[in-house]
Amino acid sequence: MDAETLAVFREEADALVESLQDGLLALHDAPGDTALIDRVFRDLHTIKGTGAMFGHTALAAFVHDFETAFEKIRSGETAVTPDLVNLSLRAYDCIVRLLAGEGRDEAEERSVLADLARHMEGAEPPAEGWRVTFRLPPDTLALGGKPELLLEELSALGQARVQVLADRLPDLGTLEADRLHLGWQIEIEGAPDEQAVRDVFLFHEDDMELEIAPLHPDAAPAERDAPAPPDAKAPAAAAPPKTGAAPAMRVSAERLDEMMDRVGELVIAEARLAELAAASSDPALISVAEDIQRLAMGMRDTTMSIRMTPIGSITGRFRRLVHDLSETLGKPINFSVTGEETELDKTVIEQLTDPLMHLIRNAADHGLEGTPEARAEFGKPPAGRIDLSARYSGAEVLISLSDDGRGLDEDRIRARAIDRGLIAPDADLQRPQVLSLILEPGFSTAATVTELSGRGVGMDVVKRTIETLRGSIDVSSEPGHGTSVTLRLPLTLAIIDGLLVDVGGERYTLPLAAVEEIVELPPDKRHSNGSTQFLDIRDRLVPFLRLRDLFSTTGEPDPFQKVVVVSAGSSRIGLVVDRIIGSNQTVIKQLSPLHARLTTFSGATILGDGTVALILDVPHLVEHGPTAPVLESAA
Amino acid sequence: MTAPHRASEGSRDVVTLRLGDEVLAVPARSLREVLEPMQITRVPRTDDFVRGLINVRGAVVPLADLRVPFDMPRKPADADTRILVLELPLAGTLSVVGVIADAVHEVTQFDLSSLEDVPAVGTRWPPHLVTAIGRWNGRFVILPDLEAIFDSYLGGADTSPPSELEHSSCD
Repeated sequence: MDAETLAVFREEADALVESLQDGLLALHDAPGDTALIDRVFRDLHTIKGTGAMFGHTALAAFVHDFETAFEKIRSGETAVTPDLVNLSLRAYDCIVRLLAGEGRDEAEERSVLADLARHMEGAEPPAEGWRVTFRLPPDTLALGGKPELLLEELSALGQARVQVLADRLPDLGTLEADRLHLGWQIEIEGAPDEQAVRDVFLFHEDDMELEIAPLHPDAAPAERDAPAPPDAKAPAAAAPPKTGAAPAMRVSAERLDEMMDRVGELVIAEARLAELAAASSDPALISVAEDIQRLAMGMRDTTMSIRMTPIGSITGRFRRLVHDLSETLGKPINFSVTGEETELDKTVIEQLTDPLMHLIRNAADHGLEGTPEARAEFGKPPAGRIDLSARYSGAEVLISLSDDGRGLDEDRIRARAIDRGLIAPDADLQRPQVLSLILEPGFSTAATVTELSGRGVGMDVVKRTIETLRGSIDVSSEPGHGTSVTLRLPLTLAIIDGLLVDVGGERYTLPLAAVEEIVELPPDKRHSNGSTQFLDIRDRLVPFLRLRDLFSTTGEPDPFQKVVVVSAGSSRIGLVVDRIIGSNQTVIKQLSPLHARLTTFSGATILGDGTVALILDVPHLVEHGPTAPVLESAA
Repeated sequence: MTAPHRASEGSRDVVTLRLGDEVLAVPARSLREVLEPMQITRVPRTDDFVRGLINVRGAVVPLADLRVPFDMPRKPADADTRILVLELPLAGTLSVVGVIADAVHEVTQFDLSSLEDVPAVGTRWPPHLVTAIGRWNGRFVILPDLEAIFDSYLGGADTSPPSELEHSSCD
């Protein structure tokens, strides 16, 4: 099988198992929902179908048994219980391992299946033997099927008597030698159970006639000869992989990236054209340039929207994680997700999973109180809450993870930080600064490292991941009432609207979304006097930073310098520039590893005239700008 | 630094270029193209070695100045100034970088057996930045260890052993 086909299978299977897990977790909360049960069943069936089609026989066999057990639930014979959901989740884990092709645990598979079977109705009642009647589709031989192998396999199950059913043989004159007209009836004495018999037909079941009846009808329940599931005739077609989704098409991420690059080039070329057109003052050319501009913008927006993925695509595994944590820790936890439809660039979403898992683990393990009694002291309900919320805020997406646990202890954090040499013993820090110390490398507040949260990934790793995504982290906490960690992430990593400014004849771009307003630098502030300075903008003090100083620019400043007020989070800072050039489409290009430590800039872009302009890292400037403009080490 | 002797079979294609009063040679297989001087964007707050960015066919490429690690005086660009666009492994991935030359001479072949180690004393070349010394048109030619030089500007770590270069630039 070629790599591409395999990739398609993997992708499809990943989507299916994700949907399966979602369904199982939802069943936990709504055990009687038949639509959900149907969905789980359908997912199972499709996984089996695709698995078999792609040669994953072990997977198909396992899922088949899982599915059989679930059939009892679908038919209403067995009710969904939390135990059953847990068991099913264990089975789900087996499926994931089988799919991954590594870490397979056959003992666990057997035990899960046995537990499932037991759970459904106690063990299958023993049967003395089975009478199996089957007819394969007429084209079986033409497709290379070998009925004799089935017969051999069946015979191996016990004492077998085989009888040929030749009643459908046509006249010799019309007989086609490569079509199969025969059927067989086999009586197997002492056969293990119906399942074992059914397994023989695992990959034929869909189009064949199969009847399995106990040899001694009184020894077994009546509906033994239940046919294969009704939708089994067309496994793949009958089962939409996702519910409620518009018709979709799978495209490789690589092609999307390529397309994004092309659009980036187009946007740059368009900017060049616009400049030429403006210079030419030819009305026809200007009008064409405007059309092209409009089209390029539309193209850009559409292409970017293709890359956008809702956060909901990864929340399933968080639900599962909370479910498992709740079991392991013995703490009842209510987990809620809001804003699942919030979309982020696909690359951002993928890299968010691990940090969020870590935050959830932390919240469940360290954040929430150990016992309902401890919670009752604060008048909180016995079950802890963990909330994940996502929402848009300007050109950023805010993702918050909050718990209603004990909150962060400022004094303990301070003591630990001093202990670890992260801050000086006499450091004078505000509460937010103290809280943010938990993000520093080498910091861990848990007195004992637990199996759950102490597995090497610390909050510093979370911080680093978010920073590589050009995002930032805020920590807030109310003692006794909980902790909230907010991740701020840029909407996209590809193209932004930029504001082009001139500093000493050099051009720089900053994200327009971060710009709050632009004011003129008051004459009395024109000359630097060394200390941190503030602007009074409508009775609010805004610190400002002279980019000329920051960039060691030479030459005379413009007599009418401007201040671009930018914000990140809740803080603002004014950036003094010589001139505002205007807004432009900024295709973000990553800086080379040689400039990796350059924190003032988040990337570079190519302007309409082909020159390169650096993009200012606004969140970094806002955070460090006014205090340490000259302390930053050269990268 | 004994590596070139070990691999003394055959020869190596190099591009010779002038930098200050010296002639340097870089492996021809790393060279992508040679460009005329163009608009260079200054990068503030970074090391002099990679103080510029240029646009190479729509890609933003860092422009390095080998005169910085070799401690040579710098002069403004003139009619002979060129930019060599090279492909080098940086931090494990092949990256495109520009290197300034006062002039580019030619692509030539160096007999590997004629290459010599850098004398430990008596030269102004930091031995860890040079793979070997060769001869061309009766002059000494420096083969800079580009990987080691760029590496030393990556993470601020010590320069890696020059023998690394053998794997990537001579086979």
